[in-house]
Parts: sequence; structure tokens; C-alpha cells
Amino acid sequence: MESFALSLVKAVPALSGVPMWTVTLTAMVLTAAILLVFALTFGGLGSYVLRKVAGDIQVRIGPNRVGPYGLLQFLADGAKLILKEDIIPAKADRFLFILAPYLVFVGSFAAFVVLPFGVGLIASDLNIGVYYVMAVTSLVVVGILMAGWASNNKWALLGGMRAAAQIISYEIPVGMAIMPAVLIAGSLSLQDIVRSQGGLLGVFGWNLFHNPFTFFSFILYFTAAQAETNQTPFDLPEAESELVSGYNVEYSGIRYAFFFLAEFGDMFVVAALATACFLGGWHVPFFHAEALPAFWGNLLSLGAFLFKAFALVLVMMWVRWTLPRLRVDQLMRMSWKYLVPLTFVNLLGVSLWLLLFKGKGIPQMIASLVG
Amino acid sequence: MTRPAEALPTQEMLINMGPQHPSTHGVLRVLLRTDGEVVVNARPDVGYLHRALEKIGERVTYAQFMPFTDRLDYLASMNCNCAYAWAVEKLAGIEVPERAEYIRVIVSELNRISSHLIAFGSFTADMGAFTPFLYSIRERERVNDLFEDLCGNRLTYNFARIGGVSADLPPGFLEKTKEFLDYFEPKIDEYNKLISYNKIFVHRLAKVAVITAEDAIAYGLTGPNLRGSGVRFDLRRDEPYSVYPKLDFDVCVGSGERGALGDCFDRYMVRINEMRESVKILRQAIAQIPEGPVAAKVPRVFKPPVGEAYFRSECPRGETGFYLISDGTGNPSRLKIRTGSFVTMNIFEKVTVGLMIADIVAVIGSFDIILPEIDR
Repeated sequence: MESFALSLVKAVPALSGVPMWTVTLTAMVLTAAILLVFALTFGGLGSYVLRKVAGDIQVRIGPNRVGPYGLLQFLADGAKLILKEDIIPAKADRFLFILAPYLVFVGSFAAFVVLPFGVGLIASDLNIGVYYVMAVTSLVVVGILMAGWASNNKWALLGGMRAAAQIISYEIPVGMAIMPAVLIAGSLSLQDIVRSQGGLLGVFGWNLFHNPFTFFSFILYFTAAQAETNQTPFDLPEAESELVSGYNVEYSGIRYAFFFLAEFGDMFVVAALATACFLGGWHVPFFHAEALPAFWGNLLSLGAFLFKAFALVLVMMWVRWTLPRLRVDQLMRMSWKYLVPLTFVNLLGVSLWLLLFKGKGIPQMIASLVG
Repeated sequence: MTRPAEALPTQEMLINMGPQHPSTHGVLRVLLRTDGEVVVNARPDVGYLHRALEKIGERVTYAQFMPFTDRLDYLASMNCNCAYAWAVEKLAGIEVPERAEYIRVIVSELNRISSHLIAFGSFTADMGAFTPFLYSIRERERVNDLFEDLCGNRLTYNFARIGGVSADLPPGFLEKTKEFLDYFEPKIDEYNKLISYNKIFVHRLAKVAVITAEDAIAYGLTGPNLRGSGVRFDLRRDEPYSVYPKLDFDVCVGSGERGALGDCFDRYMVRINEMRESVKILRQAIAQIPEGPVAAKVPRVFKPPVGEAYFRSECPRGETGFYLISDGTGNPSRLKIRTGSFVTMNIFEKVTVGLMIADIVAVIGSFDIILPEIDR
């Protein structure tokens, strides 16, 4: 961020009189605001798309009353949620009850910081990017458990317990499934991971097609990440047919909205991470976005990144309206008995591949054979 | 360094599932004692929907009770209507015209399809798959349209009458029914492809809440819940009434195809297969239906002779029986109703021991209970 501020000062001479720290701070706040607006818009429009997709799959129409094609439905919903009475149960632990939704939201929103939206569009290219995402999204567990406990409701408590067990169990396969991308790039920085998938091979430069193991680890990652973010068929913490509504059963109004936004934030983070690590991130196939002038390069790469990420989000929604829900013991069994061993074997496979073929993937080998 | 379980004393949790809960199918209250997610004991507490229908039956005339039978099982009003009509006719020894009997069978089987559709849809929704529910509602809508043509109502039909039915079939009804059957039959395969053999779905249901054939009989289960345990018993075949003897159909039983015989999956599959059998029955009934009157001559002031009668018929949720005692006046001196869902609740506590909370939902869904039938 400081380097950005420095370049900003260089570019705009009028800023040279202003103290450096104010420029940096303003840049930080602005970036955060942009990301927040993006997250909120994604949550809003995402909910609209989710309902439209649900409508299409479920042979009905979906929202179509507010605005053209019901597009403004999310604004109406948002206004309703803000205006609703904010109920805190009498015997709830007030402090924790109020704190929990923000923790959950912060957990999912903080991950946006390292998401590589474009060539130069990243709030902060941390050198521990992947690790950072894993770490901050764990905050969600604390929030959900807190919400479940503080509600003083047994269904909420059960939902919170389920969430804690589930998210912690699935963090291991998620982490292990994403490691191949880190191995190939040789860096934890998401921007470096994306760059490693560039080149003129186009689609085949992506980690997805690097070797059979990486293809498999994409599937493993996507599955495990669905569970880590409580998406169907792993949406046990909020299983409405069993736990009424799960950990957020006592929440209403804007506090509920935060859980809701966090859910969509999680969805996007999962999709974005999968895009960055396996689907070439912001790379446009057969095209060098970096070679373009900065503005157009950023715009093009942003479009590519969002396109891929939204496609994955759509897949998630599709799955959500297709599959039934697992039971809690089956969920645990799936993580510890299948996903964890599989991801470890997979990681080993990728490591061996990189060792044996000197870091080259199948497409690169074919390319070198041909060319 | 393993610690024995006794060293970590845990408390059992007492949870109120219902009467307001999304998947108790109404106002059923289940008192759960759980050890974490594992259910130690689940005691159903019924009675939240009690309307004293049996007492009402004693205070109104025989004919006036017909609309109340709609409210007995609102998803299968036709079946309840007909069951009551048959009971009164048995009590008074009324001969019903054949066309009326065919019409009753047609509407009963149509209603069985729509009722099983709801059972299927709400069951999958309980299992977390929301989409099949909408699909089943889509098909049920067609049945509702047919019934609307027939009697103007879409839920509580009040269609049967003592001695017959309230009106003859409207023109084109049989053709429309045939159209619906042609449309509906392939849909059953679609459901099976969509969800029935989905791996997650099967895993959720197989070997859950297994009821042996002995238990099922001992606890008085009837209908699909009994047949799910492999007992081939169907009143339509084993104690034939109306025109069922003239119709050829199979009695579907559970086969334990995905786990143990008598598990939730078997009960679910029995309903799916029964829809196919109902289609078969309907096709035959439509082909066979004769012309003629649709109601016998029953005196306006209807006073059956002194005596008693019990008539039971196969409703979608098991055996619905009406026990009537007549003292020769215009209203019964005693009216007792036996319903499938109520009796099914007996075995609930037994089969849910040691299951998980999510399984309780599966058990309730697989029993396909309906609360107005439990509480009457």
C-alpha cells in the first residue's frame, strides 16, 4: 500500500505537500471502501441471482416484482432488514450476541484483501496470501460458535457446535488441496500463483491442467471448500429442516443480514481462491493482459477474474438446489476418512510430479515436444 | 492417554422439537433427550390439533359429518370422504350404484397420487433437497385442477355422499384424467433419477429406523409404513371393498434394496411405487366405468337402523376406519375414527433410540404423518 501511495504522490505532484501518512491512510480507506462496496453488492446481487437460479431450477419464476426483472429486490430486502426490529432474546448473552455477526462478517470480508482481482488490482499482495486466507476465514468459526452459544437457544447451540466441528475438520483438506498451486508457483502470494499460470499456453497454462493431480486437487478443493463455508450439501449448521435455522435462528434485522452477507462473502472467496489457484486467476487465455496499458490491462484482467469466479459461484448455486444434505456423522466421516487422506496423497503426487518432471506440467511438456 | 468416557461427564440435553418446527409436518411436538447430536429418547406429544371430531360426529347428522371428514386428512380428503360414506352405507345397508363406486375409486386413487406427491416432496425437502418439492407440487396442481373441475374445491372436497357421490363427472373429466396420467407416469422415473437414488439421499435413509415385520404388525402400523417392512397387506386387495376386486394392481412392499428391510428408504420407495400402481388402477377404472346413476335413493331424513358397523379402507396414510353405532336416530350415538398416522406414532419412540437429530426428521418424513389425522 505504501508503494502505491508513493507512486501516487509521484504521479500527482499536487500531493507532494501532503504528509505521506495521510496519503497512505486515504488510499487504505478507499481500497477498503471499494472492497466493501463490492462485497455488499455481491451479497445483494448474489442473493438475487441465487433466487433466480433457484427459480429456474425449481420450475418457478423467482423475484420479478421490484424493478426490471426483479433486479432491485435486494435493495428492498436490504431496506427491510435494516428497518426491522432488532430483537435480542431476554436471556441471551448480550455482548457476545451483538459481537458474533460482525466477527463472522469480518472473517469472510478480511479474505478479500489478498484476492488478486486483476494485474495490479489487489489490496495487498501479502507474501503469505494463501495462508492469510486460511487464517482469517477461521475467524468465522469463532463467530458462529459465539452466535450459537450467545443465543441461549438449543437449536442455535447445536448449529454452532456443528459449525465448529465442521469448519475445523474441513480446514485441513481445504489447506492441503490448495497446496499444489503453492508448490507449483513456489510462493504463497496469490499474485505469484496467478502469474505462474500465465504464458501463451492459454487455458492449458492453468494449474487445473498442469497434471492429473492438480486437476483432482481442484475438485477436492472445491468440495472441501463447499463444506468449509457451509454450502449445500454440507449446510448442516443452518439446516433449516433439522435445526430450524441453525446458529442464526435468534437473529433478526441487520444482524441477520451480516450472517447473510458473510455467507455470500464466503461463497465468493471460495470461488475466487479456486479461480486464482487453479483456473489461471485473471489471465485471459492466449492473451497478455500485463502487456496492455495499465488501465485496460486491469480492466480486462478484472473481467476475466470475475467471470471465472462468478461461473464457480453459479456452480455452487446449482449444487445447492440439487443435492440433499448429509448427516453430521457422514460429514465428519467424509472429511477425516476420505478427503483428508485423499488430499494428502494428492499433495504427495503433485510433489513427486514436480520433482520427477522438474516442475513441468503435461501441457508444457507437450509444447516443448511440439515446438 | 485415552480417557474413559466416565471421566468426562456430559449432560443430556432436553430439546423441544415442535410444535412449531419446519419439519414436524404440522404441530407435532417431540420431546428430545439428546446426548449431543445423538437422541437418547424421543417422545412424541400429540394433541395440539385436537378438534373433538368424534364428539362432533355424535352431535351432527350422518350427512352433516361429511365435511368434517375432509379435515381428517386434508391431503387426502377424497379418501376420507369415501371411507366415511362406505362406513355409513355398511351401517344402513345401502346399495351404491356401480358408476358411483367407480367414481369414488377414481377420485380416491387420484387423491392417493396427490397425497403421495406431497409425501415425496416434503420428505425430500426435509432431507435438504428443496427442488423435488416444487416438482411434486407442479404435478399435484394438475390433480387439484381436475378436482376443481369435479367439485369446485381444491383441498377439502366434500365430494362423496351417503349412497353415492355429489355429482356426476363433468364432461371431459375422464379424458383430462387420462391426459394427466400420460403426463404423470414418466415423471415418476424422473423423480427416481433426480433424487431417489441420489447417493446422499440413499445414505441418509438406508438402515435408518428399521422396523421389522413383527414390530410393524405388533404396533399396528398400516398402509405404506407396514408395507415398507415387507408385509404384503393392502385392504384394497385383502379385504376388498367397492370395485377394487375388478381392478388388477400390485401391492408394493419394501425390499430392503438399499439397506435393511423396513428402513426409511423402503417406506419412501413404497410410496413412489404406489403412485405407479395408482396410475394402473386409474387406467383400468377409466376403461371400465359404466354409465348409470351416481347416487342411490337415500331418504332426506336419514335414520339408519339400530346397530353398529366398522368399515376400514386403505387411505394414503394407512388404514382409516370408521366405527359407527346407531341408536336409530338421525345422528350416530358413537363415532370412532381410526387413522393410520395416529397409530404410527406408537412406534416412534421405539425406532428413534440412538438415532441422530437429523434422522428424527427422516423418520417423521418417512412415516408421512399428518397432524389432523393424529389429533382429530
